[in-house]
Amino acid sequence: MKYKKMADYWALLLLFAGLIFMIAPFIWTLSTSLKAQRNVFEIPPKWIPDPMNFSNYVEVWRQAPLLNGFANSLIIVVVVLTIGLLVAAMSAYAFGKFEFPFKGALFLGLLGTMMIPYSVVMIPQFIGFSWLDWVDTLLPLIVPGLFGNIVVIFFIRQFISSALPNDLIEAAKIDGCSFPRIFWSIALPVMKPALAAQAALGFMGIWNDFLGPLIYLHTPEKQTIQVLIASMQALYIGQSNYPIIMAAAIIAMVPVIIVFFFCQRYFIESLAISGIKG
Amino acid sequence: MNIKLNGYRKKELAWLYLFVAPPVLGFLIFGLTPMLFSIFISFQKWDMISTPSWVGFENYIELFKDEKVFKSLFNTVYLMIGIPIGMALSLLLAILMNRSIKGISFLRTMYYLPVISPIIAVSLLWQWILNQDYGLLNHVLWNWFGIKGPNWLGDAAWVKPSLILIGLWGGLGGNMVLYLAGLQSVSSTYYEAAEIDGANGWQKFMRITLPLLSPIHFFVLVMGIIGAFQSFSQIYVLAVDGGPEYSGATIVYYIFQHAFKYFNMGFASAAAWLLGILIFIVTLIQFKFADRWVYQD
Repeated sequence: MKYKKMADYWALLLLFAGLIFMIAPFIWTLSTSLKAQRNVFEIPPKWIPDPMNFSNYVEVWRQAPLLNGFANSLIIVVVVLTIGLLVAAMSAYAFGKFEFPFKGALFLGLLGTMMIPYSVVMIPQFIGFSWLDWVDTLLPLIVPGLFGNIVVIFFIRQFISSALPNDLIEAAKIDGCSFPRIFWSIALPVMKPALAAQAALGFMGIWNDFLGPLIYLHTPEKQTIQVLIASMQALYIGQSNYPIIMAAAIIAMVPVIIVFFFCQRYFIESLAISGIKG
Repeated sequence: MNIKLNGYRKKELAWLYLFVAPPVLGFLIFGLTPMLFSIFISFQKWDMISTPSWVGFENYIELFKDEKVFKSLFNTVYLMIGIPIGMALSLLLAILMNRSIKGISFLRTMYYLPVISPIIAVSLLWQWILNQDYGLLNHVLWNWFGIKGPNWLGDAAWVKPSLILIGLWGGLGGNMVLYLAGLQSVSSTYYEAAEIDGANGWQKFMRITLPLLSPIHFFVLVMGIIGAFQSFSQIYVLAVDGGPEYSGATIVYYIFQHAFKYFNMGFASAAAWLLGILIFIVTLIQFKFADRWVYQD
């Protein structure tokens, strides 16, 4: 028993040592973002800025339409998650709980899409969306997400095939409950934990997405927060204005970190569950 | 009764097809059609302005003549060195964390923080830390160890190690959580039996823990390789124009440049297919060999 305790102390010691490596970059970024440019090249570097200086944040805010950036990112996330998750839940319900002709072939075909890398479809998709005149709008980033993502479908299907008893569906059927009604009032509530987990993962993926928004969005007012932040670099790296770039990085990180702290459980659980079952 | 049931079944089938229609349509519109179209344009020369012209296999031939293709492929594969290192470190972290003591959930959250941070912000942050003269890393190296740090992102020899380092920092937490879940699902009876047989800690780790976690090794490896083949965002920020001597460019970066900088749509599509086929082959090989070492219960 005593030996176990000892091992725990060693583990904690090592973990806290590693923690420095994990956390120092964040603190350093925050610290730099609060310095005046002439102070960042001081040697030895100071962890606590003196004087404390918030003007970098004001400057970033003035340079880029960040409010638009947040709004654009938010629009994409909210629309894709609400509709995309509902659509995925519907097909997961159909695939997980019922038999119908061509079910296996359809599901296998969908799973096959997981094999197609984005780089293969990104060029033809871009050409297609240019024909529709959708470039420089949010539509190319929203519309494909509305049809339900196969990874999400797979995950929810796994979840409800064990979490939702067939008897419950049969009983509802006998009571004269219609098909969509059974889905809406029985299946959907059962799926809630799986949906929450996928919403957390989806939020992270869409919010942090870069390549798609970079390709499609050109006017600053129409760009997502990630693209705007990346453009800060091009603007300020020439003059080595690191405090402003770090302020931009902090602005991009804060919303995600806040969401993460509130929905931590879902983030970590979803990753764990999808990892083992996926 | 029978007729009524059939009526219900008919209705049910209609609903079922309606429910599965969106992803199937999505697959046809945004997956299959672009894929076929992509094959078609890979045989064309087209800048999206002038009329496309059919050039046969010329794009593919050009692709194999371009030194940058091989460079970016080499870089992409080189960066995969980070995968086994990351697996070992995150497994170690998971083992250290797999105990119920106070403060563990705090630690777990903190190690997970880089995973959820936007990759663009993370790349900007590391760009500053890796600055040759004023960066935190070189400062620490010099002051604590007396080592004069390299020009991490400015020296062709150090760009890839830098990218691996950043990848490790950003990815450890995610794999750690997977391994932690795996460790918690290993039944303690295995260890008890081994203890009765007189196995020591190392033997238990090598003979029980490691093999029983093989589905997770497999998942992390497959996803890691697919992810590495597609890495782009950090390159875009940290290796501008591919970095010194194109030492940081990955294959997706190469495709991106040709498609959206030079608008060489046909050529870029050919390059994208090269990548697609590579990913397909590598994934297939991994699944083929999986049953030799992945333990299924």
